[in-house]
Amino acid sequence: MSLNDAVFFLLAVITAGSALGVITSRNIVYSALLLVVTFLGVAGLYFQMNAGFIGLVQILIYGGAISVLIIFAIMLVMDVEPHRTNPPSPRLPRRLGGIYLSILLVITMGAAIWFTHWPLAVGTTGADEMAVLADLMLGKYVVAFEIAAVLLLVAIVGAIILAKGADDK
Amino acid sequence: MIGFTHYLILSTILFGIGMYGVLSKRNAVAVLMSVEIMLNAVNINFVAISRFINSEPGVGQLFAIFVIVVAAAEVAVGLALIITIYKQKKSVNLDDFDLLKW
Repeated sequence: MSLNDAVFFLLAVITAGSALGVITSRNIVYSALLLVVTFLGVAGLYFQMNAGFIGLVQILIYGGAISVLIIFAIMLVMDVEPHRTNPPSPRLPRRLGGIYLSILLVITMGAAIWFTHWPLAVGTTGADEMAVLADLMLGKYVVAFEIAAVLLLVAIVGAIILAKGADDK
Repeated sequence: MIGFTHYLILSTILFGIGMYGVLSKRNAVAVLMSVEIMLNAVNINFVAISRFINSEPGVGQLFAIFVIVVAAAEVAVGLALIITIYKQKKSVNLDDFDLLKW
């Protein structure tokens, strides 16, 4: 087993384990902190796939902005004792249905992925990937890029109006 | 040797974990966090396909960036909604959010 494989397994265990912790913890503050670990593990996977720019974007946006936003919201809406903030559903059929559907998805998709013959590329991609990304973003996909910008603006305005209330000036 | 299939299977496992969280959690913020895990799983798929499959270089990473943009917008609006409902209902339990049910 090469060093590359060992790093992959380490990152996979960290990412999947902390994701499991997010959904099993009964304290939502722990869930949020484990979610940050998950995001950082995913960023490590991006770095391992030679996608350095996406990895940095992941650390900045997910590890920084989104996690801070989530923790802020938790602090604003937490009113009971911390260990009762994030219970699973009290209804057993709903939990069993969730476990059943998730395991079914993982098994069927995993088998489909494992037994498919993928047309893999032989070499690695070019070295200067950020130039390629910038070229695509401001060239062929410029309309999608502009629409994403407008979407972010609309989301910011909508979030402010929703949280503040439109009528109280 | 770690390859394409390992990344896809890890992403499937993450997606399953997120789906279980969405289906079974009752705290609205926890459901949003599970949705974020699912979106991260999708992003791993995009980047892995961009890295390992012989296609136009960079397109998978570009789509991952668009997914991140939409996820950021989604989490901002979602948390604003949760805070607004909390101001009215004094609860973040999804079972209490039945204003639109008849």
